[in-house]
Amino acid sequence: MIHQFRVHNTNIVLDVNSGAVHILDDIASEVLSCFDENGRPIEKELGIIRQKYGEVPVTEALSELETLKSEGLLFSSDPFEDIFSAETTPAVVKALCLHMAHDCNLRCKYCFAGEGNYHSEKSKMPFEVAKKAIDFVIESSGNRRNIEIDFFGGEPLLNLKVIKDTVLYAREKEKSHNKRFRFTITTNGLLLDDETMEYINNTMDNIVLSLDGRREINDAMRIRRDGSGCYEAIVPKFQKMVSIRKDKDYYIRGTFTGNNLDFSEDVLHMAELGFEQLSIEPVVLPDGSGIEIKREHLEIICSEYEKLALKLLKLRKQGKRVNFFHFMLDLEGGPCVAKRLRGCGSGTEYLAVTPQGDLYPCHQFAGIEEFKLGNVFTGIDKQDVVESFRGLNVYTKKSCRDCWAKFYCSGGCAANAWHFQKDLSGNYEIGCELEKKRVECALWLKAQELLG
Amino acid sequence: MKHIKTLSGNSLNKDLKKVGCGECQTSCQSACKTSCTVANQKCERE
Repeated sequence: MIHQFRVHNTNIVLDVNSGAVHILDDIASEVLSCFDENGRPIEKELGIIRQKYGEVPVTEALSELETLKSEGLLFSSDPFEDIFSAETTPAVVKALCLHMAHDCNLRCKYCFAGEGNYHSEKSKMPFEVAKKAIDFVIESSGNRRNIEIDFFGGEPLLNLKVIKDTVLYAREKEKSHNKRFRFTITTNGLLLDDETMEYINNTMDNIVLSLDGRREINDAMRIRRDGSGCYEAIVPKFQKMVSIRKDKDYYIRGTFTGNNLDFSEDVLHMAELGFEQLSIEPVVLPDGSGIEIKREHLEIICSEYEKLALKLLKLRKQGKRVNFFHFMLDLEGGPCVAKRLRGCGSGTEYLAVTPQGDLYPCHQFAGIEEFKLGNVFTGIDKQDVVESFRGLNVYTKKSCRDCWAKFYCSGGCAANAWHFQKDLSGNYEIGCELEKKRVECALWLKAQELLG
Repeated sequence: MKHIKTLSGNSLNKDLKKVGCGECQTSCQSACKTSCTVANQKCERE
């Protein structure tokens, strides 16, 4: 399978099963368009190209394409399905999203967690629950050494004391159990002060700081209880946090909605504020929410991603170190194919823990009774639901199997599939289209960088 | 080649015996909390 596309006048072809990427001139691109899905040139169609360009260049291009085919770099076959499609490795849990507070000091209009309380009573995770969650993941992680803990909410800094106690407890346990804990925190920033910033910087392997971009965009969505926006309060804190962070990982992460389809301006604004590690994602909300991404927005959003790629390239040429999370691709390395065909690991190796200790496949399933897998005190009791997640991969998901982007998005988000189609092996079609465009833009950016 | 430049060769189908150690980061633990992007993750062995 191949995927042939054009961004900003560059013809690119991706050979899906090998991961090979080629840049084609217009002649080679048109010649390739004359191949059928099995990689055989259709002579009748080639005749038209020959008339257009002449015999010699078309024969040259044809010969080059045939060489790539013979080298396994074009129309290559899929060697992975038989090896990896059935999950045979023992089930382990190696990452937890700890919901430190089902409460928030913001009332973001698009929040999937209601007002941070996940549509239930406000609560904070007691240390006894967090401690048991650490014990649970150590016991459930088998031989895996690296364990990730994400302090999440609501707003996790509403429960900072328990975060600190949990980190200390996990560190205590590391050596005796031959584990290495890596901590992440996702915060809206309102409670950041100098002492907290220093603590976070020293403790967290990655921090995710929430900002939607331009002041008016951020303040239309990310509001306090009294309706006021948070931009003024958080931007200086984030700038300070990032300045002490130096080369450690962080992301300024935003959400765009149907109200700011010109979101490339928000990414640029983040860069103008001095931030370098950037992420902005489309809001995921059902039809009728008022600010949701609609099918009719797709064309304009895809064009906006292309604009963003061009703007990022310009910034990089000016020597600015700006990185957009969704355009990051390592063409020679990156995750192995086993990872690429299974995705995020929700419901299997990645679970969310509520303040009460209840286990869910991920933060986006929290509070949905049928997905309550168990509790950190009693373990998993819905093994059948875990097995349904273990069975998900790009070969078992109907719409992924024949999709060219399957090794880049890895089957997409199970929560989105369930929310939109009530089917874990379904898909969120708008999300798929946007992901495909992001991959195209990422490949285009790589092409520009490598070609100079 | 005159008409084609290869940016990257066979990056997926390398040594299939050396894949799937599972030590890498879960994708949702980075900046991605509502959409799934996996190809930008790092391999723990590299």
